[in-house]
Amino acid sequence: MLASDIAQRVNGGEITAQAVVRTALDRITRQDKQLNCFTHVLTDSALAAAAVIDQKLAQGKSVGPLAGVPFAVKNLFDIAGTVTLAGSKINRDNSAATLDATAVTRLKAAGAVLVGALNMDEYAYGFVTVNHHYGTTPNPHDPTRISGGSSGGSAAAVAAGLVPLTLGSDTNGSIRVPASLCGVYGLKPTYGRLSRAGVYLFSSSLDHVGPFARSVPDLALAFASLQGPDSRDPICTDRAPASPNLSGDITGLRIAIAGEHFARGMTPTAAKALERVAKALNATSTVTLPETARARAAAYVITASEGSQLHLSRLQTRLQDFDPATRDRFVAGALIPSSWYLQAQRFRRWYRDQVRQIFNTVDLVLAPTTPCSAPLREQTTMELEGESVLIRPHLGVYTQPLSFIGLPVLSVPVQLPGELPMGVQLIARPYHENIIFQAAAVLEQSGITGC
Amino acid sequence: MPKRNKPLQPAQIEAYVRQTTQLLDLPIPPEQMADVVENFEQVHTIAQQVLEFPLPDDLEVAPRFEP
Repeated sequence: MLASDIAQRVNGGEITAQAVVRTALDRITRQDKQLNCFTHVLTDSALAAAAVIDQKLAQGKSVGPLAGVPFAVKNLFDIAGTVTLAGSKINRDNSAATLDATAVTRLKAAGAVLVGALNMDEYAYGFVTVNHHYGTTPNPHDPTRISGGSSGGSAAAVAAGLVPLTLGSDTNGSIRVPASLCGVYGLKPTYGRLSRAGVYLFSSSLDHVGPFARSVPDLALAFASLQGPDSRDPICTDRAPASPNLSGDITGLRIAIAGEHFARGMTPTAAKALERVAKALNATSTVTLPETARARAAAYVITASEGSQLHLSRLQTRLQDFDPATRDRFVAGALIPSSWYLQAQRFRRWYRDQVRQIFNTVDLVLAPTTPCSAPLREQTTMELEGESVLIRPHLGVYTQPLSFIGLPVLSVPVQLPGELPMGVQLIARPYHENIIFQAAAVLEQSGITGC
Repeated sequence: MPKRNKPLQPAQIEAYVRQTTQLLDLPIPPEQMADVVENFEQVHTIAQQVLEFPLPDDLEVAPRFEP
């Protein structure tokens, strides 16, 4: 059941929050051994929270737009009373969080019920959710394939129907890549739009949080509930919240397809998915974001440098407790000279200025989310345009340059007949998530996208 | 126009990795050194694209620090 249906029925007294949450917990118990989405299930606190919601409703009190909706979060969000693992073994030694992350608090305040924490790549450094300590989260559409990452547990839990709503984080594509491979909606809002307070950071200059859902209205409900200023996060905006417009009217919107970098190196399935979305939105012109390959390189340098600096003390003292998949990359990042890092940060501003100009001529830009559908778990390379490329780093080829400058992006799921799901990115100028929702509503209502 | 760094030999990369890990008090077991060197070679290659791009002196980063 969709989050919006649950909330409507709970608020309308047709079903209790306790029944909804119990059903979700049963589903998780039955299915998660195979799906390996959850690293922690909060059975007792979830049932207690659901009972409180039912009690409030019985007393005629308002509960919120997400009444009784079970949700789960990537295990780098603080959950009061639980240790925030961030996909690591090392963090098991930390004390339990004393406060919920702001995003968790806000969804709870809207009536949603937290049922657990979800698997991820260690310290969010990966696009695969193949975790040495907590196992692989397979793709719910085909367990021989990866779910993508680093928020793989968050995307797969929604795709498998374990919960209708989850939260993840995105530094270089970690919401959008798994959303694409698992066939769900994944929103990376504008940098600074949503509070990251109580979220275990990876690379602060580039870290975002955002929701996954199975429908555009569900995503809009979550996004509306998550917004608002927060003094606990120094980059969280004080701007007025966006109110998603789901009218299905895109009259007057200037929509273009991203060319050059975003038009190269994809499979025919990715190209077909993009074409389908572009046709539905009457997008025929292309725009070029200049120096995008360089933007991707700069994002790489900043991520490696900031991520490694954050973990330096642990690299010095507990190197062998890192996941072998992240360990050597973190060490290499710690050795980056400051001049490389600062040049990348200065280039970030240059690139942002160029892209701002492009958004004077268009309102929405379309690009593939990933160059291919979900690869096999053991697959390391793929053939693209006659060349063999390493799959894992290549999964972020279209996402990384966009998060680099904090643009709001929604990955929408396209299901072509006989194919695995494939995401397409809807990209707007900063703080214009509304435009993205307008277009996403059209795509969903016309059956072009969906789970 | 910034100058593109000359390609480094693997031995030069390894020497940098050994010295800098010492400077950072970051001991690397011998059996892991080759993987770290390989990873740093990748970073070095990727960073060249950024380093060779000319930027004006008055272009500063956009920090968000508010006192």
